[in-house]
Amino acid sequence: MEKIIESLSPIELKIVPYLNRPLNEIIEKSGLDKVSVLRALKFLENKELLKIKKEKKEIVDLATNGIYYLKNHLPERNLLALVSENNIIPLEEAKLKAKLSDNEFKVSLGVLKRKALIEIKNGKIFLTASKQEISKKTLEEQFLESLPLSIESLKEEEKYALDSLKSRKEVIEIKEEISYSFELTENGKKIVGKQIKLDLIEEITPEIIKNYSRNQKFRHYDLKAQVPKIFGGKRHFVNQSILRGKRIWLDMGFTEMSGNMVQTSFWNFDALFTAQDHPVRELHDTFFIKKIQGKLPNKELVEKVKRAHESGLDSSKGWGYKWNEEEAKKVVLRTHTTCLSAQKLFSLKKDEIPGKFFAIGKNFRNETVDWSHGFEFNQTEGIVIDPNANFRHLIGYLKEFAEKMGYKKLRIQPAYFPYTEPSLEGAVWNEEKQTWMEVLAAGIFRPEVTIPLLGTALPVLAWGPGFDRLMMEAHGIKDLRELYKNNIKILKEKSVLI
Amino acid sequence: MTNVVFQRKDIEKEIKLDEKTIEKISLFGTPLERIDSKEIEIEVFPNRPDLISSQGFIRGFKAFLGKSTGLKKYPLIKPEKNFKVIVEKSVKNIRPYTVCAIVKNLLLDEEKIKEIIELQEKLHLTIGRERKKVAIGIYPLEKIILPITYKAMKPADIKFRPLDSDKEMTGLQILQKHPTGIKYSNLLKGFKEFPVFVDAKNKILSMPPIINSEETGKVTKDTKSVFVECSGQDINTLKKVLNIIVTTLAEMQGKIYQVDMHDDKKFLSPNFEPDKIKISLENINKLLGLTLKQKDISGLLAKMGYDYKIDMVSIPPWRTDIIHEVDIIEDIAIAYGYDNFIPEIPNIYTKGQESKESKIKNKIAELLIGLQLTEISTYHLIKQDEVKMIKNNRIIEVQNSKTDYKILRPNLLIPTLRILSENLDNEYPQKLFEIGRVFNINEKKETEIEERDNLIIALTPANFTEAKQVLDYLFRTLSIEYTINETDISGLIEGRTGEIILNNENIGYIGEIHPKTLNNWHLKMPMSVIEINLEGIYKTFN
Repeated sequence: MEKIIESLSPIELKIVPYLNRPLNEIIEKSGLDKVSVLRALKFLENKELLKIKKEKKEIVDLATNGIYYLKNHLPERNLLALVSENNIIPLEEAKLKAKLSDNEFKVSLGVLKRKALIEIKNGKIFLTASKQEISKKTLEEQFLESLPLSIESLKEEEKYALDSLKSRKEVIEIKEEISYSFELTENGKKIVGKQIKLDLIEEITPEIIKNYSRNQKFRHYDLKAQVPKIFGGKRHFVNQSILRGKRIWLDMGFTEMSGNMVQTSFWNFDALFTAQDHPVRELHDTFFIKKIQGKLPNKELVEKVKRAHESGLDSSKGWGYKWNEEEAKKVVLRTHTTCLSAQKLFSLKKDEIPGKFFAIGKNFRNETVDWSHGFEFNQTEGIVIDPNANFRHLIGYLKEFAEKMGYKKLRIQPAYFPYTEPSLEGAVWNEEKQTWMEVLAAGIFRPEVTIPLLGTALPVLAWGPGFDRLMMEAHGIKDLRELYKNNIKILKEKSVLI
Repeated sequence: MTNVVFQRKDIEKEIKLDEKTIEKISLFGTPLERIDSKEIEIEVFPNRPDLISSQGFIRGFKAFLGKSTGLKKYPLIKPEKNFKVIVEKSVKNIRPYTVCAIVKNLLLDEEKIKEIIELQEKLHLTIGRERKKVAIGIYPLEKIILPITYKAMKPADIKFRPLDSDKEMTGLQILQKHPTGIKYSNLLKGFKEFPVFVDAKNKILSMPPIINSEETGKVTKDTKSVFVECSGQDINTLKKVLNIIVTTLAEMQGKIYQVDMHDDKKFLSPNFEPDKIKISLENINKLLGLTLKQKDISGLLAKMGYDYKIDMVSIPPWRTDIIHEVDIIEDIAIAYGYDNFIPEIPNIYTKGQESKESKIKNKIAELLIGLQLTEISTYHLIKQDEVKMIKNNRIIEVQNSKTDYKILRPNLLIPTLRILSENLDNEYPQKLFEIGRVFNINEKKETEIEERDNLIIALTPANFTEAKQVLDYLFRTLSIEYTINETDISGLIEGRTGEIILNNENIGYIGEIHPKTLNNWHLKMPMSVIEINLEGIYKTFN
């Protein structure tokens, strides 16, 4: 008990003496505002001195127009006054003189007709109400004057008025009001009414430190109390994922490749043995830049790539078609980071073999935007250049990569890409959802790719997880559009990846 | 990507689909998309058009399972009298090649006809590149009189009733009015003459690659014999596609007859003589990391439908994708079973290294986060109407974008202003930064486009001094000396805007955004920005 008392804050101490009274009296006696009193009550509840009871009530109150009408009469009252002055009045004239909006005029006519106070014939309004009826306050008027009222407590005629006014524009509104009361616990009953004087240290100040003597006690704080939120600066969650991916590659001994997002078709397609009539090279799938033509790289390379396509290099037969230089000059937004791998292979120095390289970044496709698609997507890709590399190594690297991403099970199946052979698709097992996620594309570059770029047919292992899906999974995002929405509140509140 | 749906009962006539077998479907290289009591849906990769028909799939998958392995032989009957197709020179500049065949003894029903049409359409779409590379025509033999001539004619002289039309049309009318003609009109655009197949009585059978004649080009369940032609640009592909079609028909009890082709040279079509390719045991084992022996190779290749005799592989005449030894090696790997490979990580040392640019970018981000800025990440494409808001030299536009985002961003200010205007309801102050690519015209570059990494910092509400404090902190911490000179930038307030100079080079700007600009973006709070080209900073860390 003593511990509890020592933990009471000044504000709680202020209301403790009045806890045997109703809420409004506590407010009055303590001299605190309602919010502070409620907060103090909440703290006392945490200390198990009382139990707060919340009660929700629906309250009918005046809305904007209602407040105005209460002062200036309901529009039907004004119209009735006008009609009673004239006994008979043409509709048009009444409309002009009543100074009501179209809507108010229409409603007022309806109300008065329904109450049989007027009649409308041949475009004129006739007064049918008696003097007594005119002077009597309508149920609606009485109702407005009596507001606010709790819905539960409404009498029959008030319910009628409520129904009648509910459909009219902003005359009344129904609000939810929460009323609070509380009940003291056994402990609460022991301290109620007590004027507790405590000589406890509150906030520590330099003076207190300087003058501190042995027996002074500190007030105990409520350690469980909610504190106001603060926010630090943070990386965007897409970049957090990129950094995480990067760390995996670095851990595995890969060196970063970087390069352009805008590429010639030569690097994005031709150097990767993608035939010029391949569907991916159509406007429908890929972003081509308007009005711009790129330049081709060194002639020798272009000649080799051309031969690879037309008649093949080494023992390859090629695609057997006429390769067009102009097609290769078209400028595109890269469709994969594999174009960076092609450039790396071309610029590779002898002492970089064996070598491991990775790229991570944005790619583009001409797509509409919906929950699972976008025109930009993230991809990462690694290549291994090693004279002794083989298909089993490829699977080994993939398995290691998947494990580092946090997936223990890897399933591989045959797949097809124009620039790798053999090719495979890897799926990782999502333990939580109990499904396979197909996220890894991999293969060994074809000789038609490596011979022009490297000069020899060294085996180059390549794999590239598209990682938007993994990223959504990691951040618990269900809609891809969220990735680039940049809602500042969400960016600040989102938890981070380790 | 092509998905095909087979009737489960058709497959189960040949292959028992127990659980183990179903698992093998994907491992055969045809990912299983769906299976229920009635249907099986698989994906067929573009390199295997021979698996599009259920007959082709069964042929391949059965061998994979170890039944009827090796290269399947289909009997081929020599041409009968008048089984002849003459190819005139006039087509050589338009659609230069055709290969043809005749298949008799067919027993068709509605279901089979549907299958044939579907195969034809899927082949058109995939390997046929929407009929550009390959178009296939199938005609009931009893309606036509052999021999056939493939030639070019003036569009006005081409007159026949196309499929699904009730009247005769000329070549030109078909391209202009017939739905199929309109759809494929681009394939004949610009040619003075169009290709046609005509029979011995000069009756037009079809105008490839557009449409057949209603009279001679409709196969029904009473059809017993058909004439098949494939026309297009590349004769090797045409031969393979014809083989896919006729062997599929042979699986429907058809008997395949050869046709005498009178082109520049004479030849017999179809031709099932397999192409041969040399492979070396050493290369196989090296690429796959295995220790297979000759007899293993023989068995594995038989499972993929090949014949094999020491180092020499006979390729099924319907395979379109074998252009190098590695294509065979992949099939050996598939036959071996992708699930049977034991993963291995080789013991080679390489050092991991992040790029210098990445390191600097991450350091800058770290410093700004220390100042409690929030990082944003925006699209590299911006909207057309956003370009007007800030003066710009030459915009870089993409073709046929399916969204409003069409322009490559020239700076990071535009996307940042958009993001701020979408965050009006969120708590202020809003302190943001982004590091990202921007794009500008530069004729010297390979793509005529220069890409740079930029950094933007946007603070709102904030004045010049607050922005300069951030800039100052950043550069001081990075040990970079800079100066600011007054300048004038559209969209910012004159007298409160400076260019940032590093080593006598302008690397960016700092300033307060002009109320006019703020109003354009419906922004209500004062804002200061810094935008810096990071290339200048990269250079200082050499």
